[in-house]
Amino acid sequence: MAFVQQSSPHAHSARPTSRVMLWVLIAALPGLLAQTLFFGWGNLINVVFCIAVAIASEAALLKLRKKPVAFFIKDNTAAVTGLLLGLSLPQFAPWWVSAVAVISAIVVAKQLYGGLGSNPFNPAMVGYALVLVSFPVAMTTNWAEPAMLWDGAPGFGETLATIASGQQTAVDGWAMATPLDEYKHKITTHTAAEVLNHPTFGEGVAKGWEWVNAAFLAGGLLLIGLRIITWHIPAGFLGGLIVMSLAFGNNADLYAPLSLHLLAGGTMLGAFFIATDPVSAATSHQGKLIYGAGIGILIYLIRTWGNYPDAVAFSVLLMNFAVPFIDHYTPPRTYGHHKARRGVPGSQG
Amino acid sequence: MTQLWDFSGGIHPPEHKDISTARPIRNAGVPDYLVLPLQQHIGDPAEAIVEVGERVLKGQKLADVKTGMGVPVHAPTSGVIESIADFPVPHPSGMADRCITLKPDGEDQWCQRNPVKDYRSLERYQVLHIIRDAGISGMGGAGFPTNIKLRPPRDRKVSTLILNGAECEPYITADDMTMREKADEVVAGLKIMAWILRPERCVIGIEDNKPEAIAALRKATEGTQTEIAVVPTKYPSGGEKQLIQILTGMEVPSGGIPADIGVMCQNIGTAVAVAQAVLEGTPLISRVVTITGEAVREPGNFEALIGTPIEHLLEQAGVNQDAVSRLVLGGPMMGYTLTTEAVPVVKTTNCVIAATAAELPAPPPEQPCIRCGQCAEACPMELLPQQLFWHAKATEFEKAEHLNLFDCIECGACSYVCPSSIPLVQYYRFAKGEIRAQQAEQLKADRARERFEARQARLEREQQEKELRRKERAKAAADAAAKKQAEAEKAADEGEAVDERAAKSALVEQALARKKAKAEASQPPAASAQPAPSAPPAEQKPDIEALEKQLSQAQSKLDTMQGMLDDAKAQQADNVEKLERAVAKNHDRVQRAEEALSEARDKLAAGSTESQPTH
Repeated sequence: MAFVQQSSPHAHSARPTSRVMLWVLIAALPGLLAQTLFFGWGNLINVVFCIAVAIASEAALLKLRKKPVAFFIKDNTAAVTGLLLGLSLPQFAPWWVSAVAVISAIVVAKQLYGGLGSNPFNPAMVGYALVLVSFPVAMTTNWAEPAMLWDGAPGFGETLATIASGQQTAVDGWAMATPLDEYKHKITTHTAAEVLNHPTFGEGVAKGWEWVNAAFLAGGLLLIGLRIITWHIPAGFLGGLIVMSLAFGNNADLYAPLSLHLLAGGTMLGAFFIATDPVSAATSHQGKLIYGAGIGILIYLIRTWGNYPDAVAFSVLLMNFAVPFIDHYTPPRTYGHHKARRGVPGSQG
Repeated sequence: MTQLWDFSGGIHPPEHKDISTARPIRNAGVPDYLVLPLQQHIGDPAEAIVEVGERVLKGQKLADVKTGMGVPVHAPTSGVIESIADFPVPHPSGMADRCITLKPDGEDQWCQRNPVKDYRSLERYQVLHIIRDAGISGMGGAGFPTNIKLRPPRDRKVSTLILNGAECEPYITADDMTMREKADEVVAGLKIMAWILRPERCVIGIEDNKPEAIAALRKATEGTQTEIAVVPTKYPSGGEKQLIQILTGMEVPSGGIPADIGVMCQNIGTAVAVAQAVLEGTPLISRVVTITGEAVREPGNFEALIGTPIEHLLEQAGVNQDAVSRLVLGGPMMGYTLTTEAVPVVKTTNCVIAATAAELPAPPPEQPCIRCGQCAEACPMELLPQQLFWHAKATEFEKAEHLNLFDCIECGACSYVCPSSIPLVQYYRFAKGEIRAQQAEQLKADRARERFEARQARLEREQQEKELRRKERAKAAADAAAKKQAEAEKAADEGEAVDERAAKSALVEQALARKKAKAEASQPPAASAQPAPSAPPAEQKPDIEALEKQLSQAQSKLDTMQGMLDDAKAQQADNVEKLERAVAKNHDRVQRAEEALSEARDKLAAGSTESQPTH
C-alpha cells in the first residue's frame, strides 16, 4: 500500500480564510444592528445589496479570468468588501451609487490587480472614495436623520423604495447632515454650544452615532480576542487621532472635540474593520502601529483642515501607498540577531 | 522556583499524547533481522569492520568512523552478518544507504563489557572516550555525536546544562515515558555530563503537560542542585533555541551555537544512553520509540533494538494495515513521511505515527496569501514568514536571505496556522536548497577559475622563460658574429700593409681565423646554452628551500584550519561549510606546493645530469 507523501507539518489548524472572513461578518453585526436601530433600514438594505453585487461581480470577473469561481467565492472576501461598503455608504444612497462603489471595488481595485491577496489598496475604500468624489451630492445629502427604528424612522418599504428609485437626493425631512459635517461647517461662524444645539447631536456626543461606534468597537474587540486582527492597527489609528486632537483641537469653539472624532463618523468601523484589511496593511507589529497612526493623523488633518467631513477612505488609501515603504523599514528583530535587518539586500542598516 | 521567560509566537496544536502514554514501555523483542545503517547521524558514515558471514556478539563494534566526525555502530544482539549492502534508510527522500544486516541467532550473547563504577576516578577524556565508543549521538534532533558536543572549545565555558524534556511535538511520548520509568538513569546520565562540563547550573526543562514525569524527576533529583523547570506547554518550547530562551532568557546568536552563550542542551534519551554506557558498559543498541496513531490498536512506547524494522514495531502495536494512510517518522509538525515500513529504527528515531486518513487529512488546496500575519504571530524565531514566502515564490532568494531565511528552524508553526493553507515550510526548504545549490555552484566555479588562472600563469611563465632563453641565444649568436667580423676586419687591415707573401700568409691566417672564429662561433652557443641549464639549478637551490618553507607553511595552515573545522563541527556551528571550503582550499594549496617542490627537485636532478657531459 502506498503511503501519502507530504511535506511537514502534517497537522493544520482548522481556521481557513473563509472562516476568518465569516467572523469579520459576524463581528460587524452589532454595528449593523445599532445602525438599523438608530438610523432605520437603510444600512441593512445597503449591506444586503452590496454583498449581492460584490459576489456577482467577483464571480463574473473570476469567470473572465478563468479562475475556479466557487473556490474563490467560498472564501467570503467579496462578501466582506460588500459588507464594509454597505456599512459605510449613506443610508439613502441611491442603488446605483452603491453599485458603482461595489463594482469598482471588486472589479478594479481587487480583480484587475490580480484578485485576492494582490490588491495594494483597500478595495472597499477605493469604491467609497470613487463615489465620494464622483457623486458628492448623493454622498452628502442621504444620511438618515437619527430616529429610532420604532419611533419616527421611515419604514422598510419606504426606505427600499427610496433607494430603488435612484433619486439623487432623499425625501426631505428624512435626511440630515452628519454630526461631523454639521460641526465642521457651523463652527466657523458659531460657538460650540450653538452648534451642538442641532438635533443631530442629541443628548450625548452624537445621537445614534455614539452607539454605532460603540458597537463597532465591541465587534472589533471580539476580532482581537479571536486573534483575527491584532491590536496594533486600531491602537495606532485611535492613538494618532487622539494625539492630534489633543495637540491641535482642544478649543471646541474652533475645532471638533475629541469625543466627536472618536464617536461620530466612521472612526471605529475604520479602525477595527477597514484599516485592518490585512492585504493592504503593513506587516510587522511596528509597521502596523505606524500604518495605523498614519491613518489616524491623516483623518484628523482631513477632517479639520480638508474639504471632507469624514476621511477614513482617503486616509486608508494614502497609507496603503505607504505600506511598501513602511514594510521596508520595520522588519522585526529576528531571534538571535542584535537588530533588525532593514532595507534591501546589500544595504546597510 | 525557576524563573522562566517566554518566547515569541508558538502554537497550541492538539497534543494526542495520551494515545501512547496509557501503556508502560514494552520490550519490542528481537526481530527476524536487523538493519544497521552505517550513517545514523550528521557527520561521516562509519566503515564496516566485520565481514559478511562473521558471527558477532551483542554489543560488539560492527563499524567505526576512522577519520572525521562520527561514532561507531554496535551489534544490538548476537548473530551473523548477513550482508553489507544498500537498504532503504529513514530519510525524507526515501533513499537507500549502506547498511549492515544482522541475522540474530537468538542467543543474545553479550560481548565483554567494562562497567565503570566510579567514573570520577577517571580522567574526563577517558569518560568522553567511553561515550564515543558506546556509539552515542544525540537522540533527539540531528544526532550529533555526543562526545564531541560534550567537549566545547576551551573559550566556551558551559555554565548552564539543560536537559531537554519538553517534548513539545504532538503525539511523541518517548521522552515522557523514559522520564517516568527511568528517572534515575536520566539523572545519572545528567550527573555524568555535568561532571564532564562542570556547569554552574543544571536544569531539566519539562512541559507542564507531563505531571508524572515531573513527579518522577523531582523524586530522582531530591537533595541535588538540579532544577526541574516546568515550562508552559506551547509548541515549539522543545526547540533548542526556544528552550534556552525560556530557561535563561538568552538568545543563541544567529549562526552560532548554544555554547557561545554558555549553554548546552542534551536530550533525555541521550542522558540515559550516557548513564548506561558509563555505568554498565552498554553501548547504544536500543532506544525508546513511540508507536502511535489511530491506525494502531495498541499504541505505546517500545524499547526497540537499533536496526529493528519499523514494520516489526507496527505489528507489535497491532497495526491495521488497511487503515494506514500516512506513515510519519517523528512528530506531525516536523516529521517526514515514509515510503515504506521496511526502514529500520536508528539512533534518532523517536516516533512513528501510523495515521488514518481522517486523522491527518490532506491539507485543503492552497489559497492566495492574504497577508493576515497569523504566520508572523506564530513564528517562534520572529521572522516574517509571509515575506519569506513571497520572496521564495518569486525566487528572489537574496531578499529571502536578507530577511533571515536561514534562521528558520522549520518548526511548521506558520504552516499550521495559515488560513490559506499555504505549505510555507516547503517554500522555505525550497529556497534554502536553491541557495545552497547556488553557493555550491559558485564554489565550484570559483575553484575552476582559480585552477584556470593558475594554469594561465604557469603557461605564461613558461613562455617568458622560453623567450628569455631564445633572446640569450640570439645575443650570443650576435656577439659571435660581431667578433668574427671584427677579426676579419683586423686581418684585412693587417693585410694591406704587407707584401704578397705576407698577403698570402695573411690569407692563410685569415682562413685560420675564420676557421677559429667558426669554431668559436659554434662554441659560444654551447657556452651560453650551458649556463642556461646550469643557472636554474643554481637559482633553484634557494628556490627549493623557499618552496619547502612554503609547503610547511601551507601544511601548518591546513592543520590549523582542520582543527578549526573539527571544533566547528563539534559545536554544530553554521560556519562549518565555510571552514570546509577553506580546508579544501588549503589542501589544494599544500598539494600545489608539494607539486611545485617535487617539480623543482626533478628539474634540479635533470639539470645536473644534463650538464655533466658538457663538462
